[in-house]
Amino acid sequence: MDTARAARVARNERGEREAEHSVSAIDWITQLLYIAAATCFVLGLHLMNSPATARRGNQVSTAGMAIAVATTLVLVIHAGTVSVTGWIVMIAGALLGGGAGLYAARTVQMTAMPQLVSIFNAVGGGAAALVAINDYVKVAGASAGVAESTTVATILDVLIGAVTFSGSIIAAGKLQGLINAAPISFRGSRAANIAAAVVGVGGGIYMIATPDVVVLVIIILAALAFGVTMVLPIGGADMPVVISLLNAFTGTAVAMAGFVIGNWALIIAGALVGASGGILTKLMADAMNRSIRNIIVGGFGTGDDQAAALEGPGGDVRSIAADDAAIQLAYASKVIIVPGYGLAAAQAQHQVAELAKLLEERGVEVSYAIHPVAGRMPGHMNVLLAEANVPYPQLKEMEEINPEFPRTDVALVIGANDVTNPAARRPGTAISGMPILDVDNAKSIIVIKRSMGHGYAGIDNELYVNPKTSMYFADAKSALTNLTAAVKTLVG
Amino acid sequence: MTTELLTDITIFVLSLLVGFEVISKVPATLHTPLMSAANSIHGIVLVGAMLIAVTANNALGYILAFVAAAFAAMNVVGGYVVTGRMLKMFRRARTPVPAGKAPAGIAGSAGSADGHGPGGPGGPE
Repeated sequence: MDTARAARVARNERGEREAEHSVSAIDWITQLLYIAAATCFVLGLHLMNSPATARRGNQVSTAGMAIAVATTLVLVIHAGTVSVTGWIVMIAGALLGGGAGLYAARTVQMTAMPQLVSIFNAVGGGAAALVAINDYVKVAGASAGVAESTTVATILDVLIGAVTFSGSIIAAGKLQGLINAAPISFRGSRAANIAAAVVGVGGGIYMIATPDVVVLVIIILAALAFGVTMVLPIGGADMPVVISLLNAFTGTAVAMAGFVIGNWALIIAGALVGASGGILTKLMADAMNRSIRNIIVGGFGTGDDQAAALEGPGGDVRSIAADDAAIQLAYASKVIIVPGYGLAAAQAQHQVAELAKLLEERGVEVSYAIHPVAGRMPGHMNVLLAEANVPYPQLKEMEEINPEFPRTDVALVIGANDVTNPAARRPGTAISGMPILDVDNAKSIIVIKRSMGHGYAGIDNELYVNPKTSMYFADAKSALTNLTAAVKTLVG
Repeated sequence: MTTELLTDITIFVLSLLVGFEVISKVPATLHTPLMSAANSIHGIVLVGAMLIAVTANNALGYILAFVAAAFAAMNVVGGYVVTGRMLKMFRRARTPVPAGKAPAGIAGSAGSADGHGPGGPGGPE
């Protein structure tokens, strides 16, 4: 225990040549500044409660980060142990990474946001793992030995960080279309996944008893393999949940890195992110009527699943042409637009905004019903519509908009499927219990969809055979362009 | 078990609870920017990456320091800039705001100073 304590103290006060137990002035100031930074992070997140204050929140959070980094810089200079090479390496790395991040952030398309968040998750998790690896390699070589508590934090950090790193890269590749978005499973993929997990955890337990750098390398490789085999079998439609989960992982890895190097700023910030990622993951999974375990185990969403072969209600499908749809829309007094994954995939957010604007100019009351999982990551649809200049008060959440459907003349469903299926209200279907938008309560319904194809739940949508429903079969982008043109000719 | 470890665990657990409390109130509209903001906050690992450099004295140490610094800086700079970019698009009324249409002042966020990203992570350079 004495050696453990000594090792920890030594690392806590890196470069501090002063007393072993009393806290020096610079330590005091540093800790206070780190607390200030942490306060900024909490306030920043708190200000995200409303779109009106969210920007200020981000600025407060940025200020917190500036404080933390500047404080560390002073600490590093004060320690005075950094070699010239060390400085060059650190500055070159920061400039390179910062530049790449800046470029990506400035140029990314809003539809590609999930990929970017995934990449940032990957590098964050990777950096957290590297911090622990470096520390372990260093301490393992020292005479003081490695404290068990530090080893546990190191192992957790390395495991979670490496899984996040490889998992996020695969997720980004799937979202970008570089890797097939469909669930990929090869012979023995499940076995490989389990084997990787066993090796990782087993190696970790071995390492607690017998510190060994070689075992650490094995653990890293196993964790990387686990990340890959975990995300590959997950379908594209489940990506909102996966990204959210990986975000939580990164936060946890960073907090573990904080344990390893004894830095409160990392612990607090990492825990905040871990908690937020955890909550979002839960919200997303609930909104999709899936358990997190279910998603990770994967395989669902291939479309060929034996999804409770529901006997189609057997009605006729009525299709509609642009002109007729335009008349319905132009003479309605209240229209609710229900955008879904198909709208995001077709990148038709600008077209839908244009149509809505045209209708509004005619005095039609237009609002958007946003299901929590619309888009490719939580809240993604809101960002896409914000980009298309749609004012956020028009974007209504599910609980808020559902009571409004009965007094709606036309519900315009664009590329949304399962989230509008009334079958969810009955027990015994693949989506039973999933919260849905009550589109079928509207006086009439127009569905823009490329085909009668299934949503990722793989079942028929009873909404499409509802007598009030007309189907407009087309790609979201061209359909909306045609509708807008038709409304324009109609009203002159 | 050391007192330092106990302190660390206390801080960790309390921070988790604060995180749950603060995030639960965020509306679904802001979930993507929220995730992106949380993403930038875990860029704090840059602090850890900088501390690696303090003790680096061999090739392995330098490589680890370099990669960690690059990863973390990318995370932090990119995260804050892209969050700022997204939030800038959220408007209460259509812009450019036609005179008299939007209640002036409410859309205040749209007009506020443009102070995002690069200011923070500028530190290490």
